Amino acid sequence: MTGEPKEQQASAGKAMDALLRAVSAKKDKDAFQELYRYYVPRLKSFMLGQGTSSQMAEEVVQETMIKVWRKAALFDPAKASASTWIFTIGRNLRIDMLRKAFRPEPDYSDPTFTPDPVPLASETVSMEQQGKRLMTAVAELPEAQKEILTLAFFQEKTHGQIADELGVPLGTVKSRVRLALKKLRSEFGENE
Amino acid sequence: MTIHHHPSDELLLDYASGALGEAWSLAVATHLSLCPGCRSTIDHLEAIGAGLLDAADPAPLSDKTFELIMDRLENESEDLTDSAPPAPAVPVHPSANGLPQPLRRYAENDRGEIPWQRLGLGASQCLLTTSEDGVTARLLRIPAGRPVPEHTHGGLELTLVLSGAFSDSVGRYGAGDFQEADENLEHQPHAESGADCICLAVTDAPLRFKSLAARIVQPFLGI
Ligand SMILES: [Zn+2]
Repeated sequence: MTGEPKEQQASAGKAMDALLRAVSAKKDKDAFQELYRYYVPRLKSFMLGQGTSSQMAEEVVQETMIKVWRKAALFDPAKASASTWIFTIGRNLRIDMLRKAFRPEPDYSDPTFTPDPVPLASETVSMEQQGKRLMTAVAELPEAQKEILTLAFFQEKTHGQIADELGVPLGTVKSRVRLALKKLRSEFGENE
Repeated sequence: MTIHHHPSDELLLDYASGALGEAWSLAVATHLSLCPGCRSTIDHLEAIGAGLLDAADPAPLSDKTFELIMDRLENESEDLTDSAPPAPAVPVHPSANGLPQPLRRYAENDRGEIPWQRLGLGASQCLLTTSEDGVTARLLRIPAGRPVPEHTHGGLELTLVLSGAFSDSVGRYGAGDFQEADENLEHQPHAESGADCICLAVTDAPLRFKSLAARIVQPFLGI
């Protein structure tokens, strides 16, 4: 951890949404520079998670930021926060460039795709607000649950590999994942 | 489509983190294209990944990184920027076989047909090519009312029903339903009468059939 207070991190996340919207709307290079300062060192930690070399990690981070710039017009603040959007771009490039693998994804333009139900007006909470609440909730998870999520997202380990690494039964990993999701779902205002 | 059986939270986590290999991901992604509820769980999991990214220790960078990126952007021609979602090159027609994406591009040939191979007893399969070693993805077509031979699994088996339905000791699985079975499950799925059951099955070890006859033909069937 950086020692930055959680509040400061959350307000940083909020500022990032505004900056990404500026890049999205008018190709604002100053805003991009600010995004860069915040995300690049964090994305580098993320890419280093699997024992990748510093140089290789930076290459993937560069590609991630180039893609953020190119695809900024597609950023939809109603669907995801800036951090979530940038995280998914980085994750996909990590799979593509470091693991040289292909990731099948659902195709929204396919006629057999089942669309989302239309949300009730009362259910629409901004992604920025959600992101802020979620960040606090993730920080407050019990260490044992956070450890599993970190191994999953930063070291790209499946839940089976996590059980092996921690030397705990698979059922323990499963129940910790379920507990963490249950807690975080309640932050999204969903009932179990 | 009412879906009653979904992938587990931990399998969705493996997909959201990117740890899951291509063949397994194909089953999860095809379910996601049919299931808004699981897509919402994926959104939450990705937001968790983003929360961990926000909380990560910033790693030191080499001095030149930012200039390198800005140089590349300066030299970038405008037409490389995506301003609208890419339009599909050809109009998208629904699959004649009713297959959703991303499965369709794995299972259909250039003419939009599924190249079925006969397995005997009226059942057919179509092996799908992925880059993942040691994991087999296939479409299975079980004739209406017929059983799949009783078997156990050496490892994990994911099954996604695409049309028709099957029942086993665990429950009834209809279109869109997803089953995760491990080596503890010994089951004898039975296709429901009325329509053939077509499903996507992904396994990481050969199935072990209980009956001697099935074991003898197994090597020839490639299952
Ligand atoms: Zn589902």
